[in-house]
Amino acid sequence: MEDCLAKKMEITVSEAEKRTGRNAMNIQETYTAYLIETRAVESQSEGQCAPVDSLWRRYSEFELLRNYLSVTYPHIVVPPLPEKRADFVWHKLSADNMDPDFVERRRIGLENFLLRVASHPVLCQDKMFYSFLTQESGWKEMVNETGFQLKADSRLKALNATFRVKNPDKRFTELKHYSDELQSVISHLLRVRARVADRLYGVYKVHGNYGRVFSEWSAIEKEMGDGLQSAGHHMDVYAASIDDILEEEEHYADQLKEYLFYAEALRAVCRKHELMQYDLEMAAQDLTSKKQQCEELATGTVRTFSLKGMTSKLFGQETPEQREAKIKALEEQIQEGEEQLKSKNLEGRDFVKSAWADIERFKEQKNHDLKEALISYAVMQISMCKKGIQVWTNAKECFSKM
Amino acid sequence: DTSLAEVNSFSPSMPISPSSMINQYKFEDEPELRDLFITVDDPESHITAIETFITYRVVTKTSRGEFDSSEYEVRRRYQDFLWLKTKLEEAHPTLIIPPLPEKFIMKGMVERFSDEFIETRRKALHKFLNRIADHPTLTFNEDFKIFLTAQAWELSSHKKQGPGLLSRMGQTVRAVASSVRGGVKNRPEMFTEMNDYMETFSQKINVLDKIAHRIYKEEREYFSEMKEYGPIHTLWSASEEDIADSLKGVASCIDKCCKATEKRMAGLSESLLPILHEYVLYSEILMGVLKRRDQIQSELDSKVDALANKKTEKDLFSEEIGKLEDKVECANNALKADWDRWKQNMQCDMRSTFTNVAENNLCYYEE
Repeated sequence: MEDCLAKKMEITVSEAEKRTGRNAMNIQETYTAYLIETRAVESQSEGQCAPVDSLWRRYSEFELLRNYLSVTYPHIVVPPLPEKRADFVWHKLSADNMDPDFVERRRIGLENFLLRVASHPVLCQDKMFYSFLTQESGWKEMVNETGFQLKADSRLKALNATFRVKNPDKRFTELKHYSDELQSVISHLLRVRARVADRLYGVYKVHGNYGRVFSEWSAIEKEMGDGLQSAGHHMDVYAASIDDILEEEEHYADQLKEYLFYAEALRAVCRKHELMQYDLEMAAQDLTSKKQQCEELATGTVRTFSLKGMTSKLFGQETPEQREAKIKALEEQIQEGEEQLKSKNLEGRDFVKSAWADIERFKEQKNHDLKEALISYAVMQISMCKKGIQVWTNAKECFSKM
Repeated sequence: DTSLAEVNSFSPSMPISPSSMINQYKFEDEPELRDLFITVDDPESHITAIETFITYRVVTKTSRGEFDSSEYEVRRRYQDFLWLKTKLEEAHPTLIIPPLPEKFIMKGMVERFSDEFIETRRKALHKFLNRIADHPTLTFNEDFKIFLTAQAWELSSHKKQGPGLLSRMGQTVRAVASSVRGGVKNRPEMFTEMNDYMETFSQKINVLDKIAHRIYKEEREYFSEMKEYGPIHTLWSASEEDIADSLKGVASCIDKCCKATEKRMAGLSESLLPILHEYVLYSEILMGVLKRRDQIQSELDSKVDALANKKTEKDLFSEEIGKLEDKVECANNALKADWDRWKQNMQCDMRSTFTNVAENNLCYYEE
């Protein structure tokens, strides 16, 4: 990470604002805009902070940036964006995109995205990325002008390649399986976590009812009154504590979600490999069949079925001049084909090498991040239990004084 | 109130002053002084042509003189307990008879003869008999003794001697009816206070009962979701290398939490829920007792009114009633004191169960 942008520049997504405007179809819509602030990190400024530059971007522009990066660097595992719509909600969370909590979590997710790109050794040097951070107007047009959309592989082509490729690099096949497993296990986990959160919320909140009844009950009791009243207060505290606890857990869920979406990025790299490999295989196959054709024409033996062979049998042999011409043409094609094959091979190998390097980097990052996430989850649980212990110890004291 | 003053010189065999009654009641504090030990266990089901029912074994050990032997073992069914309760209510209309478990569970959660239901009932029956044994007056009741000692055929023939079903139902029904007709005129303030208290208490305890059930239900659903949560982490660890151990650790901690939650639920269902339920029943019983007291009082009042001048045996009668009122007063106070103490202990138990769970929650994995 020697020379990456993140070291030279402080990047934050500091605010979010609701805006209304007219979209491409001239229909009025409401959207949220995010303020990106950047500041150069000077190595020697003491008490002198560089000025802050800022500009506003909306989610769709982030999407555009990411698409551009994915197409331009297909061998890189491109960091994912936070979810477009709220998923894995439990009943208290709102699924509304305009909900302030959702917007806040998205803001954090977008900042995280920018930081990840900025700390990536390859991606941080991209010019479009830099201008995304610094040039407010005209950025969209500039990106579209690069014509990256044309470079994008069609989904259909990719699907076709996935099914028909014969010899993909084993590591990529394994990686594909891994990313499928990762995706399925994380989404399952998030679903169940949401349900668990829901239930836990219920347990805590019902205890709040104790508070009210205890208080009403204490009104008619003499000796028990004080104890009941204060115990009731503790029950209220207990019931209220769940809100903060679950909000913190949402952060954990977001960290897992990032890797859920990363799985898709991994698959994209695998797909690209399969596509390239398939291309290579097709080219090699084509070359082989051309060579064969050439040989047949030259030696006059037909080893495999060919339409040409059949038609020539049916409609008469061709003249030796015609044959010569065909052989010549084929030999030219064969030579072209061999060069192409060589370059495709080279491309393929380069791709595999650089992709795998980035994948290794990704794996390390993933292991590190997930471990930290799990630890912080554990810490959260411990703190939740400590709070529980405190509340119940207090309650116990009140009860024993009744 | 002249009737009260004359009570004190009347019957030597009955405890004279309220305070002496309370002293006698403190029996419960010194278990070594107990001389009657009862257990209810060993439920057995009996199948006849007409019906199926459960009997429970009732074992009594005693050192009391009036018992012929020092150990008894009999089998009783729920009907027999119901009979006993009714007889006690008849004999002592203004004493607080402990609650019996209900005939059916309306919630339909438990089937009539499921093991859980039988066990819950057995525990409640055991408590019922022991509470009677601990009560200074009820413990010497004749029907109680017969219940504990008679063989099956003896009991059924004894039962047939009592007044019929309709008259048994009569007392409380009449009491309720008379209170509906219009309150009691000369109710001493203490009992009015008690009445008000009981009304509010009854409300609150019912709500508490509902809350506790709701908490139990929520915890059960939480538990069932948690059960799925742990294994996912184990599944995940199978695809990972570096973080596999951390994931497995988390999985095992979640499983421990599951177990802790199970313990918590068991604590709830074993201590809190039954006790809340008992006190719901108690509140009904107490309302009944207060109404019966009112009814007796109104009988007294009407007699006093009607025969204000004539001093015949009606005097004795009204004195007897006045005595009964006193008895009520004492019994009520004694039980109320005991009751509050009881609840303290109950709450303490409940809370320590909870605190234990919270502490159990403290075993998460941290790498």
